[in-house]
Amino acid sequence: MAAALPLAVLVLLLLGPVGRGHAEPPRDTLREELVITPLPSGDVAATFQFRTRWDSDLQREEVSHYRLFPKALGQLISKYSLRELHLSFTQGFWRTRYWGPPFLQAPSGAELWVWFQDSVTDVDKSWKELSNVLSGIFCASLNFIDSTNTVTPTASFKPLGLANGTDHSFLRYAVLPREVVCTENLTPWKKLLPCSSKAGLSVLLKADRLFHTSYHSQAVHIRPVCRNARCTSISWELRQTLSVVYDAFVTAQGKKDWSLFRMFSRTLTEPCPLASESRVYVDITSYNQDNETLEVNPPPTTTYQDVTLGTRKTYAIYDLLDMAVINSSRNLNLQLKWKSPPENGYVHYQPAQDRLQPHLLEMLIQLPANSATKVSIQFERALLKWTEYTPDPNHGFYISPSVLSALVPSVVAAKPVDWEESPLFKTLFPASDSSSHFVRLYTEPLLVNLPTPDFSMPYNVICLTCTVVAVCYGSFYNLLTRTFHIEEPSTGGLAKRLANLIRRARGVPPL
Amino acid sequence: MAAPGAAATDLEVVRGKRAALFFAAVAILLGLPLWWKTTETYRAPLPYSQISGLNALQLRLTVPITVVFTRDSVPLDDQEKLPFTVVHERDIPLKYKMKIKCRFQKAYRRALEREEEALSLGSMQEAETVLAEPQKQAEGSLTVYVISENSSLLPQDMMSYIGPERTAVVRGITHREAFNIVGRRVIQVAQAMSLTEAVLAAALADHLPEDKWSSDKRRPLKSSLGYEITFSLLNPDPKSHDVHWDIEGAVRRYVQPFLSALSAAGNFSVDSQILYYAVLGVNPRFDPASSSYYLAAHSLPHVINPVESRLVWSTEIQKGFPGSSAASLYPVLNFLLYVPELAHSPLYIQDKDGAPVATNAFHSPRWGGIMVYNVDPKAYNASELPVRVEVDMVQVMEVFLAQLRLLFGIAQPQMPLKCLFSGSKSEGLTTWELDRLLWARSVENVATATTTLTSLAQLLGKISNIVIKDDVASEVYRAVAAVQKAAEELASGHLASAFIASQEAVTSSERAFFDPSLLHLLYFPDDQKFAIYIPLFLPMAVPILLSLVKIFLETRKSWKKPQKTD
Repeated sequence: MAAALPLAVLVLLLLGPVGRGHAEPPRDTLREELVITPLPSGDVAATFQFRTRWDSDLQREEVSHYRLFPKALGQLISKYSLRELHLSFTQGFWRTRYWGPPFLQAPSGAELWVWFQDSVTDVDKSWKELSNVLSGIFCASLNFIDSTNTVTPTASFKPLGLANGTDHSFLRYAVLPREVVCTENLTPWKKLLPCSSKAGLSVLLKADRLFHTSYHSQAVHIRPVCRNARCTSISWELRQTLSVVYDAFVTAQGKKDWSLFRMFSRTLTEPCPLASESRVYVDITSYNQDNETLEVNPPPTTTYQDVTLGTRKTYAIYDLLDMAVINSSRNLNLQLKWKSPPENGYVHYQPAQDRLQPHLLEMLIQLPANSATKVSIQFERALLKWTEYTPDPNHGFYISPSVLSALVPSVVAAKPVDWEESPLFKTLFPASDSSSHFVRLYTEPLLVNLPTPDFSMPYNVICLTCTVVAVCYGSFYNLLTRTFHIEEPSTGGLAKRLANLIRRARGVPPL
Repeated sequence: MAAPGAAATDLEVVRGKRAALFFAAVAILLGLPLWWKTTETYRAPLPYSQISGLNALQLRLTVPITVVFTRDSVPLDDQEKLPFTVVHERDIPLKYKMKIKCRFQKAYRRALEREEEALSLGSMQEAETVLAEPQKQAEGSLTVYVISENSSLLPQDMMSYIGPERTAVVRGITHREAFNIVGRRVIQVAQAMSLTEAVLAAALADHLPEDKWSSDKRRPLKSSLGYEITFSLLNPDPKSHDVHWDIEGAVRRYVQPFLSALSAAGNFSVDSQILYYAVLGVNPRFDPASSSYYLAAHSLPHVINPVESRLVWSTEIQKGFPGSSAASLYPVLNFLLYVPELAHSPLYIQDKDGAPVATNAFHSPRWGGIMVYNVDPKAYNASELPVRVEVDMVQVMEVFLAQLRLLFGIAQPQMPLKCLFSGSKSEGLTTWELDRLLWARSVENVATATTTLTSLAQLLGKISNIVIKDDVASEVYRAVAAVQKAAEELASGHLASAFIASQEAVTSSERAFFDPSLLHLLYFPDDQKFAIYIPLFLPMAVPILLSLVKIFLETRKSWKKPQKTD
């Protein structure tokens, strides 16, 4: 033993200068991943995940030094003794019926749940302070989290990471369903990424496209994980996820034709040099539905098959760190195209934008003979801004009539006519052929009653109450302050007065 | 009309009058106070007169100086007069509403046996270690030893010596006016080590009118309970540079000793981070002569903004929240080490004359400092990109510590003529520099608290809708008391307790000023108030007023009638 020790020291000395710098393993790693999932409805879901792992025990060190892990969140962990933090901001709702199961669903609005360390004495105070600081970091109204919307679940929301002992008194959970997610929440979220939005997958995170979607969910998950297989020490994991669902009608005008550029208005140009893994997965599982086949361009070099969410899936893998993927054309613009047999009919739908443009729905349909076709649209009544009501809002609001343009087959074939010679009433619409004629029909306009508020109600109540009080008060006042005379009982009345009038005129003393 | 009928009518009239008067009386005596009381905003009484008195406060800053005479430093007959006390007082002429007076209170005494022995040792260092041992000197005080004229403790051409602790040594003289001459030398040394006009002017920079004192360079960091220091390594080009810095070691070795020396001035927390793809806001110009890039002095103010957006997280909400712990409210000092991208290196900072700055760094008052660290061009030849860069932390920390001193307003000491300065201790800060910082901070805190209290009093006087709760009022009382206590302690020369009192004054006054309860009823416009009051008050007030007018007119008529008949 005594002999072995000097030898070991000697070996270390020899290795020391050479291995310095390169021998130390990187204390933090970054992996990034984008999964593109074409959904059965024709929409496309894109899920970004950025995972920063930090091999450091945050709670123990006094002076903290950060490299890839964002300082703002690292300070929170040590200051508030967090064990786990899960925060999500979501706009829209994941429609499982049309889109299938999600990787990680989040409730609409803001959701925050936190596990504190056992050492925290006043959990409620820390929770309150933490939500305030988070609302500062993410520019969200998390400061409205208070005891009225905070719960401590006892069965659900177990820690997702490494945990010894789950005393639920250290768990707090709150949801703010009204929270509107916007660019101002995305910007700080992007700021947490080591490559910001300058390189790698984060280049695609352009706010005006990400919020032009039917589902947008961004989240931050912090949890302790095992540093090695034997779990002798812990590391901290920060997962930033962002899922969006692009609507086939709104973004792609009804065509099932997607590309990175169409979705994000950017293409991938270079990998993030800090990332140890940077990949794009495309779900190319064939659904065998409507005889459609998915075509991905450029063709993938590798694929990955596994059972996810209960079904067997196939993914095409594009590794950005592999030079060949990007180098061929300086950028990577993945294209997804559905090849489907040609079909009749055409549906064009342009959704409305509030106060900018109305809805437009155009359908080209071939109606079978002797049949009734019903087209119905669901709508919701909304309250307008109070300045937008017309002078008589109770009359209702008109919706313009729908239009039916049809080529109706003629009963009798007309003979071809000379355009210039024939009567004017016959040549209003051009006739393409003699076997059918053109008709345009309009329906009645629809009058819709919108809910109308009583605009002057509060003031009316005040006025009415005051009037009642004033009337009571007035009659009392009158009764009490009026002077009452005792009138002499007058006799004769009108006749006597008339007589007196005449007598005065005659110069005779009155009666 | 018949007489009894008239009498009955008169009775009725009087009764009617009485009823009207009773109504008026009830409305005025009962209704008005009730309405007033129920709609009143609660305003706790505040010490307005004391607050306005604070503005005329006279700050007397006393520096206790012990002057110790060794055996043959002054003529023997002069030594007979010891010990006694001399006070040297003078105004500090600043354009500030507070009068500030500086008092050097010199207590002359003979040296003790032990001190004699120490000062007869061979070198200054030995003497100092022996002298420093027994007792700790109070903050803000100074001890000056007067040694004999031909002592070999100092080099022959030096008249005085300033040490790193609160001690100095002055050469004595055998002369008739010995005390006067020595006294003048002592004052000279004391001014170098303690309060000066410039220090106070810099401390009060925010409160003084714009003039020569308040130029930007002199603005030190605002006084606060604590500071957060963040070192950031900016690597805008991680594809070419793989930058590593041993910040843990550097902080432990260089920053922590300095901060622990400074810990009396506040709490410090240090952290560091690496920011990738963070670029400066200005495109550097290319200089073909030296084939390098440079940042001109006039463009430096624009450099910080884009970096700032990566550094700063919006903290407004945290600030407005009273319950959040103080740690996040401390001002942040940023020190950025910028490794320029490959396309823009080497990068140099030019001063106003166009010459490159030697340190390649600049600092922005109250914000922090930036240093540009160029990668050795030889590194590019050897290997392919990215190049591994090991930052030389000694070079970097030298610059950052110098900037840290500047940001705290610790200027380079100005020595009087023929004075030997020992240089600062290993921490990079002398004890008297810290004292000077505490003097400045105490005066600044007192000024800040006074300003805050005055504006709060003005605001509350101007807007009558503001609710003043009891706890706000008690904070105001506490702040006023603390300001007064700080002024007293300053006058009696207790620097440490004065500093603590001044900090309390600032904390309490700001807590009162930023209390959210002040805003509760602020939005209550008058037109809406009247719209609600008029439907009730008008129908009630008009009959009362009319009958009062009628009664008044009738009484005047009945008063006039008898006069006319007379």
